[in-house]
Amino acid sequence: MDLRDTPAEAAFRRGLRDWLGKVLPDLPPPPDPGDWPGRRSYDTGWQRRLYDAGYAGVHWPRETEEVWREASRTGVVAGRRAGGQGATPAEYLIFLEETERAGAPYVGANFVGLLHAGPTVAAEGTPEQRRRWLPGILSGAEVWCQGFSEPGAGSDLAALRTRAVRDGDDYVVTGSKLWTSHAEVADWCELLVRTDATAPRHRGISWLVLPMDAPGVTVRPLRTLAGTAEFAELFLDEVRVPVANRVGAENDGWRVTMVTLSFERGTAFAGEVVACRRALVELAGLARRNGAWGDQALRRSLGLLAARFGALWRLVQWNVSEAQAGGVPGPGASVFKLRFSEARQELYDLAAAVLGTGSLVLADGEAQGGDWTAQRLQGLSYTIAAGTSQIQRNIVAQRVLGLPKPGRA
Amino acid sequence: MDFQLTDDQVALQQGLRELLEGRFGPAQLRNAVTAEADRLPLWPELTDAGLFSLRKPERPDRRDPSEPGLGLGLAEAVLAFEEVGRALVPGPLVATELATVHAGLPAHGAAALLRTEPAARGPLLVERLPALNALLLLDTVNGEVRQVEPARLRSTGRRGVDPMSPVWELEEPFLPAEPLPGVDARRLWAEGTLLTAALQVGLASRAVATAVGYAAQRQQFGRPIGAFQAVQHLCADMLARTEPARAAVRAAAVCADAGAPAGELAVEIAGAKLLADEAAVRGARDCLQVHGGMGFTWEADVHLLLKRAWVYEGSFAGAVESSELLAAELSAAGVGHM
Repeated sequence: MDLRDTPAEAAFRRGLRDWLGKVLPDLPPPPDPGDWPGRRSYDTGWQRRLYDAGYAGVHWPRETEEVWREASRTGVVAGRRAGGQGATPAEYLIFLEETERAGAPYVGANFVGLLHAGPTVAAEGTPEQRRRWLPGILSGAEVWCQGFSEPGAGSDLAALRTRAVRDGDDYVVTGSKLWTSHAEVADWCELLVRTDATAPRHRGISWLVLPMDAPGVTVRPLRTLAGTAEFAELFLDEVRVPVANRVGAENDGWRVTMVTLSFERGTAFAGEVVACRRALVELAGLARRNGAWGDQALRRSLGLLAARFGALWRLVQWNVSEAQAGGVPGPGASVFKLRFSEARQELYDLAAAVLGTGSLVLADGEAQGGDWTAQRLQGLSYTIAAGTSQIQRNIVAQRVLGLPKPGRA
Repeated sequence: MDFQLTDDQVALQQGLRELLEGRFGPAQLRNAVTAEADRLPLWPELTDAGLFSLRKPERPDRRDPSEPGLGLGLAEAVLAFEEVGRALVPGPLVATELATVHAGLPAHGAAALLRTEPAARGPLLVERLPALNALLLLDTVNGEVRQVEPARLRSTGRRGVDPMSPVWELEEPFLPAEPLPGVDARRLWAEGTLLTAALQVGLASRAVATAVGYAAQRQQFGRPIGAFQAVQHLCADMLARTEPARAAVRAAAVCADAGAPAGELAVEIAGAKLLADEAAVRGARDCLQVHGGMGFTWEADVHLLLKRAWVYEGSFAGAVESSELLAAELSAAGVGHM
């Protein structure tokens, strides 16, 4: 055990810090949250800077370097290989830590491409598919969204019913998807469809790449309890998707999807732990100024929460070390997701206690709720999205602790 | 950055685990419940295995007449204490380690430790007084450590809540003693807090394993109770509290060995103890719940876990002290943030 940077890690951190120090002051102001085209160009603009500096896709597997070489040769990308690509998991963690610390833009609209679709195409796609889609994700040229959940398929994702019927060189896709973030501005959608209705349900699913401008695609914004439209519903009415856009074999989409999900549960929230710690320090400052600090129980709860985020950061480091040694994120990922999502909700509940009646007012400015209350509302999704806390507990109990599956005597 | 244990660390931990499984299994555990209070079960074996002298320098100070140690760090010590905590070995383990490393306690001896300033709420309790060779009195306000002879203390034997941790209530005032030169009470307190947290992590792991083992075997409604999600989720939460605490304990130890500044270290240790106490106490409670009626009996070992977890929760820094320390650090960081 040695938690200090190796010389290579220290050099990576130094280089990144220097670069962030240079580029961040030149960034344009962030767009209004309701301005989707503005958000897209802000997020993809940041991705382009990362790409030009060699920091795009630092977490992607080393094997995709070969894709880069090929893509450069064939002129799909402008001859430039991302220098950071193929970095170790520890270096990726440094990337998340340093970008968050410096207040760099969040991955935003590039999330699905960089964290779901890209790694899946890299792992499961044909050379042609990798050449077609990976460079656009890395350079920020193309935005992806995710079409997995459906009204009748949430935690039980394998119950999905969106149908794809083969017709010549196309699939004809009909159905609807839910919780599709960035659908309004996406170019592509990683889509799970049922290609065999008669097979056992995990074996009749395929993974398709849907062009969002195809005829028959309708996007309807979904207003969340926070009052904003962070997600959308997707309606698909006989949309034609080329068979060439299928990643993996027909009816093998469930396995292909699991590859994707393991990426999300690895280091996806690591940067957010750093952000929460920063918010907690800010909250302590606020409590100092408005007198809430004199409330002994509240103050001690803030102290305990500092311990929780500190330990979660150590758990991330541990998971990353295991990934580095074994190649895949360990079972610690579900434990982390469970504890982090709860701790983050606790943070904004405590913020409400610090603000008092100010937490009941949605307005800008520190004296009132402002961002804290908006975050409190938005944070309610953390114990639901990406596997509810109940599903995470099932995973921990059955896959980590080895308890029997329910419903079987 | 590498959080993985080295081969030597794995070997140390496994060696100790095997020793404890062989010498402190279920039968020995039950014997320890009824053992004489002036005896310390397993002390010779643990001493010979180097538990108390792991951190002692290989070549101690020439003025120190006691035996040399293994020259290892807190990282190795917390791994060892996780194992001892898991095995539920009773006795003043942490104080004996601290007295061996810092106060020249001879091998095979036993020591207890009491903080006199600031004093804890309630009576002054010391574990297994008749078995002790030394008692260290800590004043963490002034940083001084005094050593007193246990035989010269006025005391009354009390029944401890943990049947394996018999206690004596001490009467003040103590006979005056000179502070030990070069021994820092705050450092002892911090290290003792961390080692106690390591014991709790081990105990919490045992609670998870015990609950899961019982849930997989106990049948109700025609199936193992572990097949019910209500029981599964109790077990999952036990693990989800234990693993972050384990990460925090190990990280704090590694930071200490790497020479982290005392203030920074105090924050790491406070967090580790808070979470380890939570993992152990709540884990033992949940383990008891999973055992149902059996858990409420003297016969099942489950109550021994909970009672020991309470003892460790009350040893060294408690929740108020640790959370206030963490809050103060947040506040200091917040000032820089304004």
